[in-house]
Amino acid sequence: MKRDPSPTTLRSQLTAFFRVIASIIWKDLTVELRSRELLTAMLVFALLVVLIFNFALELDVKNRTGVTPGILWVTFTFAGTLGLNRSMAIEKDRGCLDGLLLVPVDRSAIYFGKFISNLAFMVIVEIIILPVYSALYNVNLFHPGLLLVILLGSIGYMAIGTLLAAMSVQTRTRDVLLPILLFPVVVPVLVAAVKSSGGFLQGSELAEILPWLNLLIAYDVIFIAIALMLFDYIVEE
Amino acid sequence: METRPFGLRILDAVTVLLLIAATCMVFFYAPREAAMGEVQRLFYFHVAAAWVGMLGFVAAGAAGIVYLHTQHIIWDIIESAAVEISLVFFFIAILLGSIWARPIWNAWWTWDPRLTTAAILELIYIAYMMLRQGIEDPDRRARFGAVYTLVGVLSIPITFLSIRLFRTIHPVVIGTASEAARGMFGMTPPMKQTFFFCFFIFTVIFADLFWNRILLGNLSKKIDQLRYRLM
Amino acid sequence: MIVVKNLVKRFGLKTVLRGVDFQVEPGEFVALLGSNGTGKTTFLRILASLSRPTGGNVRIAGCRLPAQAEAVRSRLGFVSHQPLLYGDLTTEENLYFYGRMYAIPNIEQRISEVLDMLGLDFHRRDLVRTLSRGMQQRLSIGRAVLHDPQVLLFDEPYTGLDQNASVMLDKMLSRVAARGRAVVITSHDLIHIEDLATRYDILGRGLIVASSTREKLGRGSLLTFYRQAFQGA
Repeated sequence: MKRDPSPTTLRSQLTAFFRVIASIIWKDLTVELRSRELLTAMLVFALLVVLIFNFALELDVKNRTGVTPGILWVTFTFAGTLGLNRSMAIEKDRGCLDGLLLVPVDRSAIYFGKFISNLAFMVIVEIIILPVYSALYNVNLFHPGLLLVILLGSIGYMAIGTLLAAMSVQTRTRDVLLPILLFPVVVPVLVAAVKSSGGFLQGSELAEILPWLNLLIAYDVIFIAIALMLFDYIVEE
Repeated sequence: METRPFGLRILDAVTVLLLIAATCMVFFYAPREAAMGEVQRLFYFHVAAAWVGMLGFVAAGAAGIVYLHTQHIIWDIIESAAVEISLVFFFIAILLGSIWARPIWNAWWTWDPRLTTAAILELIYIAYMMLRQGIEDPDRRARFGAVYTLVGVLSIPITFLSIRLFRTIHPVVIGTASEAARGMFGMTPPMKQTFFFCFFIFTVIFADLFWNRILLGNLSKKIDQLRYRLM
Repeated sequence: MIVVKNLVKRFGLKTVLRGVDFQVEPGEFVALLGSNGTGKTTFLRILASLSRPTGGNVRIAGCRLPAQAEAVRSRLGFVSHQPLLYGDLTTEENLYFYGRMYAIPNIEQRISEVLDMLGLDFHRRDLVRTLSRGMQQRLSIGRAVLHDPQVLLFDEPYTGLDQNASVMLDKMLSRVAARGRAVVITSHDLIHIEDLATRYDILGRGLIVASSTREKLGRGSLLTFYRQAFQGA
């Protein structure tokens, strides 16, 4: 069974890279399927937030479409934080993060694996919340533009969120610290996502929405790059 | 016991004198502005304070990068000194800006891009301090601090752009008045002199505080070292 | 196989390792002993590439740390006192996960081999969080040897194990060590270690203060040797 343990060619390194990412995603999804802790918590929380908004804001038909993007994004933001905390706590538990760090692969594969898993969970919650909100408030949310915005916004949020969650889980204050670290830094995502969501819902001209979409994409690219560069410093000792 | 180096003591004295001089200039030398009245005098300190905040901001980002590269703890001390100074001075700038804004357009706060970005930056700084408080190991504290500083510093320009875009597409009623009122008054030579003098003085204040704070950080480190030897 | 020269590790102001020299040849089974807080875990974590040395030289299977860390990791297996296993996955799923991560060919076959060796075949489909601590520890060893590493590191593996589980662990350790591997183990459990290890090194105040082999000491003298080392230091 002798084989050269360390992949040296570029092609084998790339295969190793993607295989590690795929394994981490598979692992997170399987664990979640069994325990259902993460998704249940995120979903119930999101539904409660939507419900609370019903009583907190005057949602009469006239200003409903105006307020919808804001409500959706606040919901997603808070549910996202919950998901991030749980996802990283699982690795910290039983020392599994060490297990991941022992694998002979570039650290960025671990980052991407967690990033995509976290993103997947957030998207699953969003997919469920959208029809629920639609039904409860009689607002049609099935606009392809809106779905695109939600995806782009979630990507940006999770890109930086994964990095910061990896940090906060290693501190004394843990769960509480993540939103404090995360929220000031994701303001551009929230602003751009809410504005472009609103634009699509109200049927605005594409030219008006485009600057926001560009901002979202720029943020996503920049922050994935930043997170990649800085991830090593957070997990190595 | 180490005391402040001679150079720093001179700088401290000079700083205090310059500050007194600046205050005199602002209140007695600079003329009363026609449209806004006495409250406009705050403008000199407001802009200068914001300038110092910016200096600290850039210094913090640079120190963060250098720390991650060299792993020398001195850059961590420099970085937290810069963050603290920037935090305080941006707060002063926001406060003065608020006081200045109140009589001019009758509101304590406007969601003006610069003001809002400054407020978000304050929150980032506070998050930074809370992050550092939650870590025992000094190396990890320095590393995480540097990482978050970089994340914060790099996010602020994008945040500023996004809020400015927000404002141009949806101008607020107050906004149109402020565009004219803020910084758009013509400055006579005495005003310009006061303005640049304040700029200069606040830069000196920055240097003085920075130096003092770094010394303090070093002293603190030495105390920890001594404490370890005793244990 | 493992060559450590003048290893220094500082955490802020605390110097935990002060210039450790350490060497292990293939086939050697070295027990690293010492009281709590002397830096055994830190030392092992540096060898396992989980921590960076502040100074000194570390070479494992010919590769330098931390520069060639990836190459080292593929030749090294680490068992911590935490199992490094996912509680909500089954025994075989955990091995499958790590098997995929390490790019092991013929994963299914390898998993069966390992489970056989560990005596855990019966618990293949059980969730790891339902396994006892002893079984989890055994599975952790399986995780570590899955990719057939040349170097094995064990950090306090006997922690929390009852008598039966400890005896099982003894068997596992001699089995995995018997393949010409270089093995380092840290433990407080002198009784079990005495018969397993071929060499005993004692770490005190950040340095190796004493070293001896099983041949030289003879059976039953390890405890005395250990005590003497600390009286002298």
